[in-house]
Amino acid sequence: MIRVTRRYRFSASHRLNSAGLSAEENRALYGKCNNPHGHGHDYALEVSVRGPVDRASGRVADLAALDALVREQVLEPFDHHDLNAEVPAFAERVPTTENLAVEIRARLSARWPEVFPGAGPALDGIRIQETKRNRFELHD
Amino acid sequence: MLITRRADFSASHVCRLPGLSDEDNRALYGAASNPHGHGHNYVIEVTLEGEPQPETGMVFDLKRLKEVIQQEVVEPMDHRFLNREVPPFDTVVPTTENLAIEVWRRIEPCVTGPRVRLHAVRVYETEDLYVDYFGGQP
Repeated sequence: MIRVTRRYRFSASHRLNSAGLSAEENRALYGKCNNPHGHGHDYALEVSVRGPVDRASGRVADLAALDALVREQVLEPFDHHDLNAEVPAFAERVPTTENLAVEIRARLSARWPEVFPGAGPALDGIRIQETKRNRFELHD
Repeated sequence: MLITRRADFSASHVCRLPGLSDEDNRALYGAASNPHGHGHNYVIEVTLEGEPQPETGMVFDLKRLKEVIQQEVVEPMDHRFLNREVPPFDTVVPTTENLAIEVWRRIEPCVTGPRVRLHAVRVYETEDLYVDYFGGQP
């Protein structure tokens, strides 16, 4: 098995606040992340793609196509944006990094068959670092 | 248990297929198709799988692993033009995928034993692009 991983970066602001909880409960649950004015992170996103290696080109995937897909689905809508205010998926859902990972995978999966049709490379998983001290992973 | 040793080397390469035009190679490999070549600071991670031996407390002697990586990969590839100087890259395109497969091919016979096996080879071409090869059909 062979897997190719590409790393991307985006910066975004968010606020963790659950509509079902009181102001006090939200403060207790999310701490500083509940600050009403929001705050931001430099996120690092890794996208992993699984083989096979194309005999002729020696590559698993066309990286330019992968870059374009990630740019369109993740970097353009998220980079230098307020996730709560500007990304519809987070209008109701709390933009924790767990939920961000689920949203990013859904966005990539939805367009995947068009970008990599047939027996092309499969989306193996994604990894997000919200800061250098944490990491969230989703594998297929 | 998995144990990993890291090493690095710097080399130049070019990704192009002889049967394709300049334009087609550029469409396929982008800037990497420049016929004059370009270079990277490659980082490799070699991961072995096994159980610590009761007498040594080690899965594999890491000094020995360092020597194997040095002898099989770093010495032949460091400060070389891969396509011109390091077979099989005279005929195989030195993509990161093919480099990971070649590192596996060179190291695997030197580390395999009754109680230890090569688990994975990771090759970073840059910090934003890496390949993991776990053996078998690539």
